[in-house]
Amino acid sequence: MTNEGVDTSKRQFLTSALAVVGAVGTGYLAVPFLSQMQPSVKAMAAGAPVTVDISKMEPGQLLRVEWRGKPVWILNRTNEVLATLKTLDSQLRDPKSDESIQPASSKNPERSIKPEIFVAVGLCTHLGCSPTFRPEIAPHDLGEKWKGGFFCPCHGSWFDLAGRVYQGVPAPSNLEIPPYRYVSDTQIIVGESAEDKQA
Amino acid sequence: MKIDRFAQFGNWIFERFPLAKVWEEHMTHYYAPKNFNIWYFFGSLALLVLVNQFVTGILLTMNYKPDAKLAFDSVEYIMRDVHWGWLIRYMHSTGASAFFIVIYLHMFRGLMYGSFKQPRELIWIFGMLIFVCLMAEAFMGYLLPWGQMSYWGAQVIISLFSAIPVIGDDLSLWVRGDYVVSDATLNRFFAFHVISVPLVLVMLVFMHLVALHEVGSNNPDGIEIKKYKDENGIPLDGIPFHPYYTVKDIVGVAVFLIFFATVIFYMPEMGGYFLEHANFIPADPMKTPEHIAPVWYFTPFYAILRAIPDKFAGVIGMGGAIVVLFLLPWLDRNPVKSIRYRSGFYKKMILVFVISFISLGYLGTQPATPLATTFARIFTAIYFAFFLLMPLYTRWEKTKPVPKRVTEHHSLEEQLPAILEEITEFRPTESEIGDPAFRSSFFNRRPNAEGILNLLNRLAKNLKESLD
Repeated sequence: MTNEGVDTSKRQFLTSALAVVGAVGTGYLAVPFLSQMQPSVKAMAAGAPVTVDISKMEPGQLLRVEWRGKPVWILNRTNEVLATLKTLDSQLRDPKSDESIQPASSKNPERSIKPEIFVAVGLCTHLGCSPTFRPEIAPHDLGEKWKGGFFCPCHGSWFDLAGRVYQGVPAPSNLEIPPYRYVSDTQIIVGESAEDKQA
Repeated sequence: MKIDRFAQFGNWIFERFPLAKVWEEHMTHYYAPKNFNIWYFFGSLALLVLVNQFVTGILLTMNYKPDAKLAFDSVEYIMRDVHWGWLIRYMHSTGASAFFIVIYLHMFRGLMYGSFKQPRELIWIFGMLIFVCLMAEAFMGYLLPWGQMSYWGAQVIISLFSAIPVIGDDLSLWVRGDYVVSDATLNRFFAFHVISVPLVLVMLVFMHLVALHEVGSNNPDGIEIKKYKDENGIPLDGIPFHPYYTVKDIVGVAVFLIFFATVIFYMPEMGGYFLEHANFIPADPMKTPEHIAPVWYFTPFYAILRAIPDKFAGVIGMGGAIVVLFLLPWLDRNPVKSIRYRSGFYKKMILVFVISFISLGYLGTQPATPLATTFARIFTAIYFAFFLLMPLYTRWEKTKPVPKRVTEHHSLEEQLPAILEEITEFRPTESEIGDPAFRSSFFNRRPNAEGILNLLNRLAKNLKESLD
């Protein structure tokens, strides 16, 4: 190739222009290539609300239902449990649930619409394991400080029976409360919030 | 006549393709230091395991189904109904663990003999990239059988991304392709595991070797053999890779295959370390197994993640534990490469590092009790101290003089007869039975207490001297 009699600035311009056009083209092509990895329309549409009958629940019983592929817990809490919850604030990271996810109707000390019935997404806010239900007080493996709650076996996070996280464990926030509402005293719908209904 | 035709065919090829040239450049005229020891087997063994993973992996895809409804059963189908399917799968699953054993030893060799130092920084960087690719490959491969451990392991690791501020949640959603680990996740992990990552892996291995052959291998003495060449320009301490090291590596391969076959045939699950027990239960999104732990090769990093009581900091710690390895060539400021001529202090640091790495590995397999967490925190601190304080303690090290040419060490095999002589006492005894003319002599050896004591003393003295 000879450079004689060549307008190099024009050649430089053409090279740069081609590079820019190529980069823009690649950028445009990257959009469909990358967004095909997003949840598909079908996956987004899935996740219909789940209706749960709670009339047969015993005090202290935990019910597991599946909602959007996630485990959702429904726990019938006794009065003793509710009394214990009030004494724990000083050991918790976010006792008022200011930095946690819940519908407005559940942003209260019990983190529920009715104090005795607790509904939560059963996935640890740390790395998404499903914590185990450990209602007993001071069991051998968890020690004296355990007042009943949810223990995550993966990384040792502690939650109380209102899904509130203790201090000094890896989980950053309280368990997520899904939107839910009461259809009647014995039936709840997980996936539809009480706020939506009122509006 | 016949030979003539053969040679003609050869020439026809060589005129069109540089086969002979490449062979000469990288095998028969590639000079490697003549003092390689046992640590130098692991590079070629890693290549062997890579080939094993490719061949068995391709065979497995012929019967595996990447579908959340079918995956678990298709793996069981391979195990029970496909002819020799069990063998191919165990070769693949054992190969995964063998890969990490070989790679960890290979990396430790580099650490000991300073193989990452100038001019081999890029070899180390390519090697580290291979290590990261390998971890991605192993992680995604482990989801495919769709067992309980596959599912919850993937759930935990993908959730790591969600710890990144601002984009974290969207990123982990993008990786999963669904709100939870699901069929979409399994299908894309199959694509990555079988196509993308292996392709990148092969390219990286190629670059690792090109960079290696450009500068030449390091050796246990950590000196450059290219400094002293004969009149033909051949390193005085070098020997052609082929046939010397090809033949030597075959011995390594044979020994490796004995261990490999033993695991495949007699302990394919390795007591739950190579294939975890919980993974023989199909994935259940509603219930996490009582005790979840990653496969053994991830446990040191997993223990670091668990030790830090903050989600984002934990992820940073885990990632940082790998990032510091990349920086090793610039953290170690000592010009002396081999541990043989480094200070006792550095040797002690390496020892402490190895202990903490293995301990973290052990703790990562155990449940997170408060006591275990405390220990994991101590070892995490040591792990990072070893690397991050390196620029300080390697600078003022008292090193020993480095020889100009490679040194010779008697191998254990050569030393054994002399050692045997020393620790036993020789006692010829004459039999007292029968006719004196036909009596036979017995030669027996019994342990010599003094000799054993001497040997132990010498060993202890050597150890102390090398650590001072």
